Formats: sequence, C-alpha cells, structure tokens
Amino acid sequence: MRAPALLVAAATAVALATGPVSPAGAATGGAEPPAQDWSFSGVFGTYDRGELQRGFQVYAEVCAACHSLDYIAFRNLTDLGFSETEVKAIAAEYEVPAAPDENGEVFPRPATPADRFPAPFQNANEARASNNGALPPDLSLIVEARAGGADYIHAVLVGYSDPPSDTDMADGMSYNGYFPGGQVAMPPPLFEDGVTYADGTPATVEQQARDVTAFLAWASEPNMEERKRMGVMTMIFLVVMTGLLYVSKRRIWSNVH
Amino acid sequence: MAETHDGATRRDFIHVASATMGVVGGACVAWPFIHQMNPAADTLALASTEFDTAGVAEGMAVTVLWRGKPVFVRHRTAAEIEEAGAVDLESLPDPQADADRAERPEMLVLVGVCTHLGCVPLGQKATDPRGEWGGWFCPCHGSHYDTSGRIRKGPAPENLEVPPYTYISDTVIRIG
Amino acid sequence: MSGPNFSNPVVRWIEHRLPVFSFMHHELHEYPTPKNLNYWWNFGSLAGMVLVIMLVTGIVLAMHYTPHVDYAFASVERIMRDVNYGWLIRYIHSNGASFFFIVVYIHIFRGLYYGSYKAPRELLWILGVVILLLMMATAFMGYVLPWGQMSFWGATVITNLFSAVPGIGDWIVTLLWGGFAVDNPTLNRFYSLHYLLPFLIVGVVVLHVIALHRFGSNNPLGIDLRGQQDSIPFHPYYTVKDMFGLGVFLIFFSAVVFFLPNAMGHADNYIPADPLVTPAHIVPEWYFLPFYAILRAIPDKLLGVIAMFASIGVLFILPWLDRSPVRSASFRPIFRIFFWVLLADCVLLTYLGAKAPEGIYVVLARIGTAYYFFHFLLLLPALSIFETPRPLPRSISRPVLDPAGSVAAPAATSKEAP
Repeated sequence: MRAPALLVAAATAVALATGPVSPAGAATGGAEPPAQDWSFSGVFGTYDRGELQRGFQVYAEVCAACHSLDYIAFRNLTDLGFSETEVKAIAAEYEVPAAPDENGEVFPRPATPADRFPAPFQNANEARASNNGALPPDLSLIVEARAGGADYIHAVLVGYSDPPSDTDMADGMSYNGYFPGGQVAMPPPLFEDGVTYADGTPATVEQQARDVTAFLAWASEPNMEERKRMGVMTMIFLVVMTGLLYVSKRRIWSNVH
Repeated sequence: MAETHDGATRRDFIHVASATMGVVGGACVAWPFIHQMNPAADTLALASTEFDTAGVAEGMAVTVLWRGKPVFVRHRTAAEIEEAGAVDLESLPDPQADADRAERPEMLVLVGVCTHLGCVPLGQKATDPRGEWGGWFCPCHGSHYDTSGRIRKGPAPENLEVPPYTYISDTVIRIG
Repeated sequence: MSGPNFSNPVVRWIEHRLPVFSFMHHELHEYPTPKNLNYWWNFGSLAGMVLVIMLVTGIVLAMHYTPHVDYAFASVERIMRDVNYGWLIRYIHSNGASFFFIVVYIHIFRGLYYGSYKAPRELLWILGVVILLLMMATAFMGYVLPWGQMSFWGATVITNLFSAVPGIGDWIVTLLWGGFAVDNPTLNRFYSLHYLLPFLIVGVVVLHVIALHRFGSNNPLGIDLRGQQDSIPFHPYYTVKDMFGLGVFLIFFSAVVFFLPNAMGHADNYIPADPLVTPAHIVPEWYFLPFYAILRAIPDKLLGVIAMFASIGVLFILPWLDRSPVRSASFRPIFRIFFWVLLADCVLLTYLGAKAPEGIYVVLARIGTAYYFFHFLLLLPALSIFETPRPLPRSISRPVLDPAGSVAAPAATSKEAP
C-alpha cells in the first residue's frame, strides 16, 4: 500500500535533508575522538548517580580552579543524588557577594542552594591574565558546544602526549592530538590519585576523565532523563493513535472506488 | 489535534477510539503550555529572604523585598502593642488577636500589600499618614489598618497578611 | 447563499448574522476534492499545522526570552533549565523550523512534479513562493535570537550580502544593523520582525487557501474534474487522511524532538556570541544550504548574491517558463526524467553548501548551479515545444473503471511517483 511507501519516502527525505549536515558538524582540526560507551547515550540512557557525584568532585577540586559553571545552581545538585541537606552544606563552602549592606558596601556571604556556582575569575580579562592569555571556557554547556560531545571531552582529557617531532610548540602550550590544531593552553589537568573519591573508587586518570565528562554531560542537559522518558511515552501514544487513525481512514475510504 | 468525523458518517468503535486518543493527546499537550507560565525553578528557589531585625530601632519601620513584594517590619512601641492588644475582637471586620499576629510582640512582620486591590499602604515612614488607628493607610481606596495591621475601616476585606517567617538567630528572621 | 440547515438554535442565531458556519461547511466539509489525491497532497495541510505549532511555541518562548545581547543567551538557557517544560517547548520550536522546511520543500516538489503551478493556479503558486520567502526571512531572524556564535556570525554574513548592492550597499547594511556591526539594535529589530513575519505568513496562507479553493486541488493525473463522480467531499475523506498524515508526521517529529534534539543544530551555537572570534566553519541551517552553495559558486560578490536571489525568483515566473499544457509529469516522459535530475541537483547543492568552498566542491557547485538555472530557463521552455506527452485519460474516474485501457499504465505510475 501507499502508507508504508510514504513512511520510507519521508524517512529518506529526512535522511537526505539532514545527512549532509553531519560532515560539517564533525570536529575540524583534531583527531576523531574514539567512541565511548556512556550510560546516558541511547533512547533509554540515564545518568549514573555515582559517576555524576564523582565527576562533580573532579570538577570542584580540579576544573573549578580555572573554569566557571555559570548555568548551574547549587540546587541543581539534588539531581546528582545529593540530599537537600548535603546541597546546603556544599553551597555553604562557597562564597558569593551579599546584597549591599546599610552603608552600601558588598561583603561575601556563604552561598545558598539558590545561588549559582561562583566563577573563578571576575571577568574574561582576569581569566586571560591568569592563564597565559587563554580564556578557559565556561563548562556548563561544554558537551553540547563541542561537535564530538562527550566523546570529544573525554578524548581531550586523556589525549595529552609528547608532540610529534616536527611540531613547533608555542610557549606554555601542551600537545593534544584531539584538540583542533594540536596545541592547547590547558596543561594536562588530571593526575593519578589527583582526587580521593569518597566512595573508594580508584582515581585513575581514565576514571576521573569519564566521571567528569559524565558530570559535564549532565550539566549541559540536566533535563535529558525527563526528555527521554517523555519521549518513550509520546512515541508509544503516537504509534497507537496513528494506527487507529489509519484504520479509521481505511474504513471511511472503503466506499471510494 | 484529531477531532474527526461527526455523526453524519458511520460512527463505529474505531472512529470513537481514534477521536478519543486525539482529544486525550491534545489535553496532554496543553499541560506543558499551561505549566510553563507557573514560577520557574529559579524563581521558586528564591522564595525565602533573610533579614536582620537588629537595625530596626523602636518606633522605626523597614520595608524588605520578599518574592517581589514589600514586607513591613515594624519595631512597635509599648503603647502601640498595648493599643493593639486592647481591642474588642468582636468589633473587628476580620477578628484576630494581636498575639496571633506577631511571633515577638515588639517586632511586627506583615506583607505590605493592601488586601483590597494590592496597593502598598502608607505608614512606614515617620512622615506618612498612618490612618485613624495609627497603623497603615492605603491611599488607593482609603483602607485604615491598626497597629497590628488589622483592617478597621475601608473597602479591604481582610487584615494585612502575616508571611511565614522564623527566627533563625536572636535577631535574624527568614521570611518564606 | 444556500447553506445547510443547522438544528442548534444558537448556531442558527449566529449563522443568520455572521455566516461562519455555512462558510466552514462549504470550505471544509462539502468542498469537492479530487478523489485520487495521493499522500503527497498531505503536505499542504501539514504545513499549515506545523505553522500553528510554530506560532504557539514561539509565542510561549517570547514570554521567557530577553532580546538583549547581555541576557539573550542566558534567557534561552533559563528556558532550557528552569522554565517548566521550557526545554520541550524550545526543542519543538527549533526542530519545528527544520520540519517546517522539510514539509514545505516536499510540498513544493510535489507541485513541480504534478504541474500544480500551471493555469489556472499561477497565483496560487506565486503566493506559495511568497510564503517560502517569508519563511526564510523568519527562520533566519529566529536563528539569531539565541545569540550563540552561529547566530551572531550567521547574522553578520547574511546581512553583509546586502553590501554587494552597488553604491548604497554599505548604507543598507548599516541601516539593517542599526550600528557599525551586528549588535544589540540588530538583535532587538530581529526579535520584533521574527514575531511579526509569522503573522504575515498566516495572512498569505489565507490568500493561498482562497486561491486554492477557487479551482480546487490539482491531482496526480493533472486533468480537470469532469463531474461529481471525480470528486469526494473534503470531510470526512480528507480530514481523516490529513489526521493520519499528521500522526505519521508527529512520530518522526517526536523522534527528533525527544531523542535527537540537537542533531539538526550546530554545536557552536551553544557558545555565546563573541564578536572577536569567528568559528572555524560557518554553515547556515541545512534548509539554506542549496542557496548558500549557489552564492558561493559564483566568484563575483554581486553576481553571487543576484544568483542566490534569482534561484528563488525564477520560481515566480515558472508558470510562464513551462508552457506545456500537460500538468502531471506522469504523462511527460522527458520532463519526468529531468524532474528527478533537478531534485538530485538540489540535494547535491545542499550537500555542497555544507562543504568548505575549495577544490572539487567549487567545481561541483558551479555545475549544480548552472544546471539549476538551465533547468528552469532553457530546458522547461524547450520541453514545452519538443516533448510529446502521452495521451491523457478522459477523466479521473475512467482509469479506475477501465483498468485495461490505454491510460491505466500512467495512472499506476503516478502512485509510485516521486
């Protein structure tokens, strides 16, 4: 019949229309990041809470020295499996500027769950001045803002190596084959046992890279699990409804010759 | 979504079923579009405000912002407290004892929004008119509130609302 | 006006004063429609429904969006993270734009295949091209609003096209920007126009439908209706068929919205706009790629811009380029082959628009561009003279009633067409 033909044709149209976009979307300049097996990929993928909590620890103890996390508030950490009390305790370890006091002066106060993560630098100029002229990007959207997504972030974190002999390294740069151009201002950030995990997981570089990448994937899209859950229900509903509509259509059209 | 065929055609179970699914689906789709107008997560997270009452001297009043609305904090004098407590509750449009309206009698905390149509009553500044009962006076439509923030005269139907608040230290209150 | 008899007294009271019910009955219920329309005819009403989806989600997004260079990106992230179901509504809107173009492009190619632009439907076709232009302007300005890197640099590159106008080019560009670069005034006016243009689209869609209902739908055979036996009332036959089509569409659409919401976007647009750094690889959204390829295929700046606009402009005069009296490609053996060549050419240009303009890609883009204009400006007028069409069936009912007849074969072919 024509309906299946239409489905195939429409699918082909979508594929034709969107297909050419992907080559342009691939990361330019760096090596292709190896595909990783993530708990959050796929239609039914979810975040692994333990992984997220460890990844948050890596962010807080390593990355946060240079990288901001502008769009994440402490209250969002309940998504990682922390209780309200734990979130309050985590927030209280950070300081944010209080509202001006009666003399108009601004003093720091402990952060509350409603506050966002304070940035390590006041502004871009201070960040550049402290980082050899390079601006450490904000990390709250880093997984969505890089063509290779989580695979790319993971690859960069573990991908440091000695430069090929024919490479002229600029001052203060490190070689990373996955970074576009190969030279990155960020020195290798992760070290064996650079953090001590609360849950006793051995803190290898690979483990830390996986954990912090998972955390950053969550930070890019905290609503992913709800999105996929709603998606599965919506698809089931639509398939049933469309099936019924098809039978309805067949019946109504049965007397047309 | 799918509002299909009416009684003019052969109406059998399949048509009813698909039309029903269309209506149910439409209703499910409507919910996100309504719920998006409710307060967002960041708005809800800011639903409490902390305020140190130590700086409010006796007879003084300070206005604090809580959830986008003014909150009146008034350090009442002994005369004002006595006046508020001595009222015959039967004579009030919205009877409520003063003791039920202030956690500590000297420090009165009220939502500064007239219960008539939402204006901010006068009476916080020393130079403001405070109405016939020495509390607050709403200039929009002439409601008079007493030193406990209870409505005494005018179109407002209820007393000024007492927001939920607790003392988290000797002088600091958390509103909300 | 002889309308149906309504039993409900309230309906009758209103009908007497404002005949909306007889209007709806006439245009949506008894409206005689060719009975042989295939599923490619679903895409017209589908485009209308996608327009409604875009309007509703867009108005909702406007409730939360802030058109200011310092807050636009953050307000979009607030929609994605904090607004209740904001992520869902934004993903529907951003992917809805892509699906709108998929539906409309299929709708256009259906019209090209079956000759729906020919007399007496020339104005219907021209209004459709106007809708396409308005859609492109709306989509372009909407893409600027999130104020990511692609938003900013897309706006810069596209507005700079107007600098090709001789003499007053720079003046026009400054006027568009409201400054000396794409900046806050630009964002503000794009927001205003992005909200306005969809309502203009609605207006032109109304005209498009009025023009459609003047002579009714074309059909896969491309022949006029010969009487009542050739048509069926729109309702319930095409209402239920359109609803089924909508269901199929929503399955595809939901699959993308819920499981691949960023697949059609570009990662760079999740980086806030930076006027000091251009991304390494600027690409417009996929639905602009063929036009982008044509722009870049011509080495001269002004001629490139002219060619790009001409690629749509040529559609306006299409009814007078293709003079063949036969509408449907089913009966035009040579035209049909070249229809598929044109489609392949457009797919090729889409592919090339995403590639860096270097090496073989430039050569291919020039060949593709040349073919595009050759097809419309030379091939179609020539075919009108030299092509011998196959014999047309006498009526829509005939091929079905007379399966052994000479017209059965083309009718069967049309089922599989494009």
